Amino acid sequence: MKLREALKLDSSGIAKLKDELRAKVDNSLLNAFISLDEAGDGVPIAIKDNIQVKGWSVTAGSKILQGYISPYNATVIDKLKGAGLCAFGRTNMDEFAMGSTTESSYYGKTLNPHDNSCVPGGSSGGSAAAVASGEAIAALGSDTGGSIRQPAAYCGIVGMKPTYGRVSRYGLGAYASSLDQIGPMTQDVEDAALLYDIISGYDQNDSTSADVEYESVVDKLDGNRVLNIGITPSHLENAAPQIQKAYKKAVKALKDAGHNIVECTLLDPKYDISAYYITATAEATTNLARYDGVRYGRRAESDTLEQLYINSRSEGFGDEVKRRILLGNFVLSSGYYDAYYIKAQKVRRVIKDEYAKLFEKVDLILSPVAPTTAPKFGALSDPLQMYLSDIYTIGVNLAGLPAISLPVNKDEDTLPIGLQLIAAPYDEQTLFDGALSLERALETL
Amino acid sequence: MFETVIGLEVHTQLNTQTKLFCSCATSFDQRANLNTCPVCLALPGALPRFNRSVLHKAVSFGTAVDATINRVSHFDRKSYFYPDSPSAYQITQLYTPIVEHGRLEIEPKDADSKIIRINRAHIEADAGKNIHDDSRSKVDLNRAGTPLLEIVSEPDMRSTEEVTLYLKKLHSIVRYLDISDANMQEGSFRVDVNVSIRPKGDDKLYTRVEIKNINSFKFITKAIEIEVERQIDAWEDGVYDEVIVQETRLFDQAAQVTRSMRGKEDSADYRYFLEPDLLKVVVDDEMYESAIEIPELPDAKRARFIDELGLSPYDASVLTSDLYMANYFESMVEDGAGAKMSCVWLSVELQGRLDSSLEESLVDAPKLALLVKRIEDKTISAKAAKEVLDHLCSSKIGVDEAIDKLGLKQISDSSAIEAIVNDVLSANQDKVEQYRAGKDKLFGFFVGQVMKASKGSANPQSVNEILKREL
Repeated sequence: MKLREALKLDSSGIAKLKDELRAKVDNSLLNAFISLDEAGDGVPIAIKDNIQVKGWSVTAGSKILQGYISPYNATVIDKLKGAGLCAFGRTNMDEFAMGSTTESSYYGKTLNPHDNSCVPGGSSGGSAAAVASGEAIAALGSDTGGSIRQPAAYCGIVGMKPTYGRVSRYGLGAYASSLDQIGPMTQDVEDAALLYDIISGYDQNDSTSADVEYESVVDKLDGNRVLNIGITPSHLENAAPQIQKAYKKAVKALKDAGHNIVECTLLDPKYDISAYYITATAEATTNLARYDGVRYGRRAESDTLEQLYINSRSEGFGDEVKRRILLGNFVLSSGYYDAYYIKAQKVRRVIKDEYAKLFEKVDLILSPVAPTTAPKFGALSDPLQMYLSDIYTIGVNLAGLPAISLPVNKDEDTLPIGLQLIAAPYDEQTLFDGALSLERALETL
Repeated sequence: MFETVIGLEVHTQLNTQTKLFCSCATSFDQRANLNTCPVCLALPGALPRFNRSVLHKAVSFGTAVDATINRVSHFDRKSYFYPDSPSAYQITQLYTPIVEHGRLEIEPKDADSKIIRINRAHIEADAGKNIHDDSRSKVDLNRAGTPLLEIVSEPDMRSTEEVTLYLKKLHSIVRYLDISDANMQEGSFRVDVNVSIRPKGDDKLYTRVEIKNINSFKFITKAIEIEVERQIDAWEDGVYDEVIVQETRLFDQAAQVTRSMRGKEDSADYRYFLEPDLLKVVVDDEMYESAIEIPELPDAKRARFIDELGLSPYDASVLTSDLYMANYFESMVEDGAGAKMSCVWLSVELQGRLDSSLEESLVDAPKLALLVKRIEDKTISAKAAKEVLDHLCSSKIGVDEAIDKLGLKQISDSSAIEAIVNDVLSANQDKVEQYRAGKDKLFGFFVGQVMKASKGSANPQSVNEILKREL
């Protein structure tokens, strides 16, 4: 059932839907859900384990938050409630959203519904697998460097990252404050637009939220608009052949649909990787410093205050989180700040300007989401390899742009391939219009 | 000969209703952890929201010390682990503070005046409090997130006298601006002292030692004296380089020593960087115009008291050292009491009788003004007024009521005094004879007898005149 259909259900219809979902989750081996918590009445939406729901144990997939019960709702949860939806089940994720496979979760790995030997992607792997398998009709994820779009691509669903500032971050357990955005993960573009409409809008509790007038995208959703769509052939070199093939297919579909295709070049993505991992880890280091075992979460046994910190954090955090905390501390340490963090912010400005220049010529940019389809479990165990797999997604976060990943093809091994459209800041309307057009064009191809 | 070099960091709590980054109350002395919320507890997902009323106060302060106001400033994160800091970073302003390059003028005894430069004043969030019992430590986060203005001087002070003058001036400025309660005992005006020594004539700055959180002017002076002595001793013993290290020391009041709290080797790298959860802080024209409209400051008020009310510089300084006292005094003068008399009766007589603060006194400005006027219109003598004031300080009674009750109304009616004088003279005929024979000294005796007979209520001036005439 699509989200837009579920929104038309009466209360008994919703109750029945929930029963069906419960049964599916109970019989599932995917481990998409950590637990099937419920919060109120309404159309059920699966929630990533880093979004605060009052009364739920919200743990960001981490051991260190075991035992923590959130006493408040994230703004997006209140917005769901206000629109007749409700939080229904918390989904698995990479610990503190740091990862591309959901393998770093304290709750174990989540399986890709299309091939159980493959990762669902990450960090919002649980949400993606839940929607792809029909265990959820729609879900919320969070995207710091591709954490919505990449698992959506690996699982064959639609995942959308709004413009930085469109959706309130209040109540989203922070990974990297200047990059994080909550977004919808759905079965198709129209559902994504619907859920995006519900969760977006200015929130005074998030100072970085954009104080602009709310405009519904669904009301004006138009798959027939003719757009200028930028393609980046030079950018494709790093992608696997089947990704390149899918890209060509999408370009053809867009052409057939009457769009103008414009060839563009982007900056070398190696700059994205450096700027991203410096910025994200610097912010993460401080954002995760609060998990110290003093006030909430899991506290390790210790005789002294110093040992309490050391033991709680050593036992509570997994390897990837520790790695990024160390990296962040290094780039912020005295004497290195200018060389790393300040430089990364300058690079970020260059990337932003570069995109701004492109958007003078085009309405949307078509890009791969990941260089490959979903890898096998363990295949991205080399951290550097994993970081490099983010090359197509992180530029969007660094520049604060909106982007949507949608399924385009399946490869020979029947794994889905997703591509993304990227729009100018705050131009979600064009993003959804173009995505709807591409979705329809692919169906008729 | 050595010279002492002192710089001060003053943390003054800004008197907002709510905290710096959330809507929790800032009230003092509440049940532990009552004034907390997801933001000031640093729960996952909570975000700070800047309380802009703080900005207004900071700009007013900058104006009062002739500083540069940075119309655009921003917040930074300062990272360190301690249980009283829930997010394990303090939100502060390192790279661009709201206020920079200010100055404050003091008047040391041996110089006309001296400028103490203020390096900066920046906005930051206060920490909570750790409470240590015998076997366990507790954390109270009521104070966490309370807005602070940290005012950092240059190392321009050379003596404890200058330190005291600077602090008193700074204290009165924040009180005059009404931006802080600035109560040292309650911790809303906290002073950290940076002190070093050097041979007189040497321009170099030597190793500075920080002494933290000393909660009275008296102890600040004492702590500096003791620390300077420690540094000079080390120098003279030839062990300065080994013993005096850049570190933080605590003043132990009981033992009268400073003790090492943490040394430089384990001083934290605070890993400052731009706070990504907050936007840059912009002082717009409207706020700027309103915030630079500041009330009359102590120096201006003092000058006015001297020039317009004829007070001595000393009296004017005493009265303007505290805004409440200055306002009290001005209110008395407005009620028609003479300025000099008001000053004496306020700063000497009333202050001398108070157990607690002037604010809490039963004698308010209208009452004290009336008392002064009753002296001036000769209803009571100054001596009687002291008795009346004793009474006013201990009970809620009106001035005239107290005068009646104590029977202290002065007799200025000459016929009444004449009657008493005649009684005294006729009862002491022998002494009258002696006086008239030339024993002048007896005049005092007659005055005493008349005053005694009138129970002290006769106007002494009239008594003198009538006695002289009758004798």
